[in-house]
Amino acid sequence: MATRIFVPHDAAARAVGADKVAAAIAEETQRKGLAVDIVRTGSRGLFWLEPLVEVETPGGRIGFGPVTVKDVTSLFADGLPAASHPLCVGRPEEIPFLKRQTRITFARCGIIDPLSLADYRAHGGWRGLERARSLGPAATVAEVTKSGLRGRGGAGFPTGIKWKTVADTAADRKYIVCNADEGDSGTYADRMIMEGDPFLLIEGMAIAGFAVGATKGYVYIRSEYPDAVRVMERAIVLAEREGLLGADARFDLEMRVGAGAYVCGEETSLLESLEGKRGQVRAKPPLPAHKGLFGKPTVINNLISLATVPAILADGAEHYAALGIGRSRGTMPIQLAGNVKQGGLFEAAFGLTLGEIVEDIGGGTRTGRPARAVQVGGPLGAYFPRRLFDTPFDYEAFTARDGLIGHGGVVVFDDTVDMAHQARFALEFCAIESCGKCTPCRIGSVRGTETMDKIIRGERVEANLALITDLCQTLKFGSLCALGGFTPYPVMSAIRHFPEDFDRPRLQAAAE
Amino acid sequence: MPVWNEAQANDIIRRHAGRDGALLPILHDIQAAFGHVPAPAVPVIAHALNLTRAEVHGVVSFYHDFRDKPAGRHVLKLCRAEACQSVNGERLARQFLDRFGVEWGGTTPDGRLTIEATYCLGLCASGPSAMLDGEPIGRLTPASIDDIAREVG
Repeated sequence: MATRIFVPHDAAARAVGADKVAAAIAEETQRKGLAVDIVRTGSRGLFWLEPLVEVETPGGRIGFGPVTVKDVTSLFADGLPAASHPLCVGRPEEIPFLKRQTRITFARCGIIDPLSLADYRAHGGWRGLERARSLGPAATVAEVTKSGLRGRGGAGFPTGIKWKTVADTAADRKYIVCNADEGDSGTYADRMIMEGDPFLLIEGMAIAGFAVGATKGYVYIRSEYPDAVRVMERAIVLAEREGLLGADARFDLEMRVGAGAYVCGEETSLLESLEGKRGQVRAKPPLPAHKGLFGKPTVINNLISLATVPAILADGAEHYAALGIGRSRGTMPIQLAGNVKQGGLFEAAFGLTLGEIVEDIGGGTRTGRPARAVQVGGPLGAYFPRRLFDTPFDYEAFTARDGLIGHGGVVVFDDTVDMAHQARFALEFCAIESCGKCTPCRIGSVRGTETMDKIIRGERVEANLALITDLCQTLKFGSLCALGGFTPYPVMSAIRHFPEDFDRPRLQAAAE
Repeated sequence: MPVWNEAQANDIIRRHAGRDGALLPILHDIQAAFGHVPAPAVPVIAHALNLTRAEVHGVVSFYHDFRDKPAGRHVLKLCRAEACQSVNGERLARQFLDRFGVEWGGTTPDGRLTIEATYCLGLCASGPSAMLDGEPIGRLTPASIDDIAREVG
């Protein structure tokens, strides 16, 4: 029987040569007459080991990585790759980075063939939807509420409450919208699910539709993710063919592709975009749960929230709620990124400290220099200094320290970072991506960038810092959405925690 | 890329007939067919969707993806977001621009390459990263500049 060899097809693995490695393995094994079956999977999320090739053995899979095309000959020198090969990392599950995780949402990712419905079912797929149907809609909503699941896009709103609002709103038509416009730098969890376990999202959306009485769903994917778009499109077709979507399932799903606007990750802007308009933010109220897509009651959830629902239903709300700390229940896929030695996806119960995440799990910086600043929660998240490495990963703990966990991105910077430049970038990014609807964001971001330029040049630093502080107050309290409203987080955290980087005249004097 | 052809544009629009909120999918397909959204496409789309030309123009100009003129034969998107900044992406990006003699959004005089900024490709643990004609590239180094120069010939 052919031995199965697993090579990831995830974009991050392809970006470092996984396709070429797969082709070389196919060629080499054919040349040697070895019976192998190459399966393209998602990624396990251990990106420093990609391409991570896994070979099926009687004792489970063993991994080899990072594999380059040049390594393929030696890997197959004596038949199938052996544990004695220098690239062998043993059983992936035993690698500390993976062993320490609690994989619930990502249980299948990197293991199964993403487009095999048989694999999906064999690994526990559809159990959540089946249980939801046996419970009925109201009990399904109650189960999600009981699990304590909160919005994984960053706002942290209880998912069950949102669903109940839509379920209780009478309408001839309701919608489920998946926000897969994952624009935060340092995040890739949505992308990994779409590329590695797309039926999970389909199941989660079908459960949501059943629970609130919606018969149509949209997945809004950013255009920067062409691989995810391809896999998701194919998965929808396969699910339709099996009757898992469509008239028999009383739930239709359609995929839509964004067009490069970061602000469309904001829910009301996303809805405008889905309606075919400029992605401009809507004032709330009305809430999307009352008047959302095309004016109808709409559940709009982050992809990870929806993809976590099947496990909650399948294994029960208590099982999920037992994990975590305080009001942050369950697990969070933490995405380690940037200048970090072991970058990757780490799904764990809430409560790890930032220091544990960066130093123990991430292994410090890739450059080997001391980590100096860590931006948590994407471009609108605060920069944390080492002094705050004791902050537990939890919605409230980060809020208490003027930060946010956002979508779980953790971007590490070493001691060469210039925090005045990072603060300037936050304002510039806001200017580039502002939808233009509200004045603080549209104009404040531009004036803020100019003011930060003056500070960097050493012009009237104190007065300009006071101006920036004042402007940030206006942005925070006067903006319509989180783009303008949260841009002050990276700016003010940089100023507060790294004041030495804003002391430009003295820096110039020191240089002379 | 084919030149503007109204019949072809109408075919594209017809494929999306009856779809709710069809404007973005139509614009994506128009751009895929013509390499950009040609100015004469705006009134055609507006008429088909019962919108004003101003509304269609407003949407085209709002989104970074839609071009009003064709790009080079190859398009390189370099990530300029924080995760790539943290691994010296900005310095490397400058080397790319200097090597091809363009600024952000610019196209080489021979029309072979357009270099654009992008803010995150979701390859944040393998930066600095880029996308060449839709194909992801991670762990960029100065040597990658030569590889890409060869690829775009």
